[in-house]
Amino acid sequence: MRLREIPITAWVGIFGILLAIFCALFAPWVAPFGETEVVGGVWQEADAQFFFGLDNLGRDILSRLIFGARTTLFVAFAATLVSFSLGIVLSFIAAVSGGLIDTVFSRFNDLMMSIPTLIFALVVLAVLPQHILILILVMAVLDSTRVYRLGRAVALDVAVMEFVEAARLRGEGTTWIIFREILPNTLSPLLAEFGLRFAFAILFLSTLSFLGLGIQPPTADWGGMVKDNKDGIIFGIAAALVPGSAIAALCICVNLVVDWLLKRTSSLKGGRGDA
Amino acid sequence: MPELSTALLSVRNLKIEATSYPPGEPPKRITIVDGVSFDLAKGKVLGLIGESGAGKSTIGLAALAYGRGGAEITGGEVKLNGTDILALGKGGIRKVRGARVCYVAQSAAAAFNPAHKLGDQVIEASVKHGLMSRDEARKRALYLFRVLGLPNPETFGNRFPHQVSGGQLQRAMTAMALCPNPELIVFDEPTTALDVTTQIDVLAAIKHAIEETRTAALYITHDLAVVAQISDDIMVLRYGKTVEYGPVQQIIEAPRQDYTQALVNVRQAIRHEAADQSRPLLSVDHVSAQYSNGFKVLHDVSLHLCRGQTLAIVGESGSGKSTLARVITGLLPPSDGHISFDGKPLTPSLKRRSRDELRRIQLIYQMADTAMNPRQTVRDIIGRPLTFYDGLRGAAKTAKVKELLEQIEMGTGFIDRYPAELSGGQKQRVAIARALAARPELILCDEPTSALDPLVAEGILKLLAKLQEDQQLSYVFITHDIAIVRAIADSVAVMHRGRLVRFGPKSQALSPPFDDYTDLLLKSVPEMKLGWLEQVLATRRMESAGN
Repeated sequence: MRLREIPITAWVGIFGILLAIFCALFAPWVAPFGETEVVGGVWQEADAQFFFGLDNLGRDILSRLIFGARTTLFVAFAATLVSFSLGIVLSFIAAVSGGLIDTVFSRFNDLMMSIPTLIFALVVLAVLPQHILILILVMAVLDSTRVYRLGRAVALDVAVMEFVEAARLRGEGTTWIIFREILPNTLSPLLAEFGLRFAFAILFLSTLSFLGLGIQPPTADWGGMVKDNKDGIIFGIAAALVPGSAIAALCICVNLVVDWLLKRTSSLKGGRGDA
Repeated sequence: MPELSTALLSVRNLKIEATSYPPGEPPKRITIVDGVSFDLAKGKVLGLIGESGAGKSTIGLAALAYGRGGAEITGGEVKLNGTDILALGKGGIRKVRGARVCYVAQSAAAAFNPAHKLGDQVIEASVKHGLMSRDEARKRALYLFRVLGLPNPETFGNRFPHQVSGGQLQRAMTAMALCPNPELIVFDEPTTALDVTTQIDVLAAIKHAIEETRTAALYITHDLAVVAQISDDIMVLRYGKTVEYGPVQQIIEAPRQDYTQALVNVRQAIRHEAADQSRPLLSVDHVSAQYSNGFKVLHDVSLHLCRGQTLAIVGESGSGKSTLARVITGLLPPSDGHISFDGKPLTPSLKRRSRDELRRIQLIYQMADTAMNPRQTVRDIIGRPLTFYDGLRGAAKTAKVKELLEQIEMGTGFIDRYPAELSGGQKQRVAIARALAARPELILCDEPTSALDPLVAEGILKLLAKLQEDQQLSYVFITHDIAIVRAIADSVAVMHRGRLVRFGPKSQALSPPFDDYTDLLLKSVPEMKLGWLEQVLATRRMESAGN
């Protein structure tokens, strides 16, 4: 892969993601103020000292945004990754095995999907101890039902192809068939879904935070910051829009990179058309 | 104004171009058709013949002033009854298409809308163009159904596409094209997807209908024997250029160009029948098979194959010939009977077979496109069996892959290509190399040449014969093409509706006395001579009159 083949849009996306990761890693050194430090008046206007102004408790929004990148990025990425790994592996096993395994997995998946996600998450999170790992796992498991649906559909299309049958005739095991024969041919739709799911993970996290079961205050996360400052909008204070824009920008950046990867994998020599 | 030419369709210096977008390279302008000219008189049939990519379909569609998939007509003229249809605007051309010039597609099953009745689709164009009222169109459709020999013509129009057979569907499509009383019909490989026994009926029906309605036709196909039965003139195309253009008799009996001669002489005998067929490598003993829903697909099949020989299994689609291959590979374990290989019983189910059993029997598919993972390079495709069965890695593996590429007569330069960067014939060769990599004793070939052009197929058959010679390979060769059977087989098995109707050495199986089905099958294979179709139809009539 040559660097100059990467389109400008992908560079924008890569830059945005790297910036967010940089902020997350070096937050204590980058941020001008502390995460929970009250430095001025409530909803103080932006000026030279406070770049985005202050929030509903008088904390610096820019600093909280930088610190918030840690939780938001970590939780959203981790949850999406886990949900994809889980969903893809289970759905591919179901598609390749067929029969009873497929039926059991798929009906169980239907069962999970028939319960509204948010209510399910609320019940489970209310019962389990409040810990960030549990939060990630619950988000991942709930999201993996959607990935499972897509994964099974695309894998079924590929699993009936003759080259998969040829691999079976050779005596290949299920692991080889899943990871070497099917996965490379299903990457395009799965990558597209990844970009979308990542955005949903951020939104879901902020919903949970809003309801008090996500990230616990005073830890900053972008969704929670929107919630904290939403009342300001009534008074014409734009504080809530800053973390909101950050969420939007990050989602767009992720999708720009995914779009580029998508184009690369589908127009790769020997790709299956522009699927 | 006096008519200068009597031609209904007159094509002059036709040039068609398209833009291709190869990945990672700037767009390229490619010429699909270059400087093609011909005349077609009223009531005559011109056969366009050539291999895939020769531009024959593109020329056919140009008669409707249509360019498919980004193809643009950039030069020349197409005159229909003196009017240049390329110069007509959108509205003008719409009046021509489906009314004065009609099109019959290769796959009728894909071209009919499954949600509407056949009768409604057949008359749709005529009614929409205002050529006739609905009742008149129905009457004409009924007449055409009769002319085309469709069963129960009165009620045929009430059926849906999935309720009739492939051959009937193709005839219904011909009725649809004939319905508006067009001046010209373009037939785009109308019988290619059909079985030989069905093809002959459709051919006869099309020929009769063309004669009856005095419509001119462009008949596009890659099978010279078929086109010889139906055309008045033939144009041979290659790489978008005319190779030879002349009356059918001259093309078949005295072809002038080398390429045409090669087409006419395709599939001469490659292999002589082996004398000793007594010691079987593979023997299939009273095998029956059924799907998990209880549908029985094979009934009591017994046959055998000796080492270093070729067993050809012939039959039409649905005869169970591919199923037999699946049973041998273990994909579908037999419900009855057993199979032995090299003197030992073969484990019925694929999952329980040892790696060595799997290695000794390899399968080559009809469609090399789908039989290879598009995301793997030739190196991975051929190299995997080497690693899997023999544990070869690194340099040893690369050396062996290169050796195999040499064996299949492809250069080692292909090693890092993806399947999409290979031609159809090359793909099939790589598939053969993948089978060879396992050092098999038996290769099951499931119609490996039927998706290929005749000359390319010939190359594959010769390669298989050479490999058989060198490595004492045995082949089970599944095909519907009797010419191939004659060319390569030692023994022949004829299958029909899941039963074995005939089995024996080639000399016995393909000589009389025949059972009814083998007789029909052998007589349906188009022969490269004029008047063959009439002859067969005449014999059939005599036989039915005699009964």
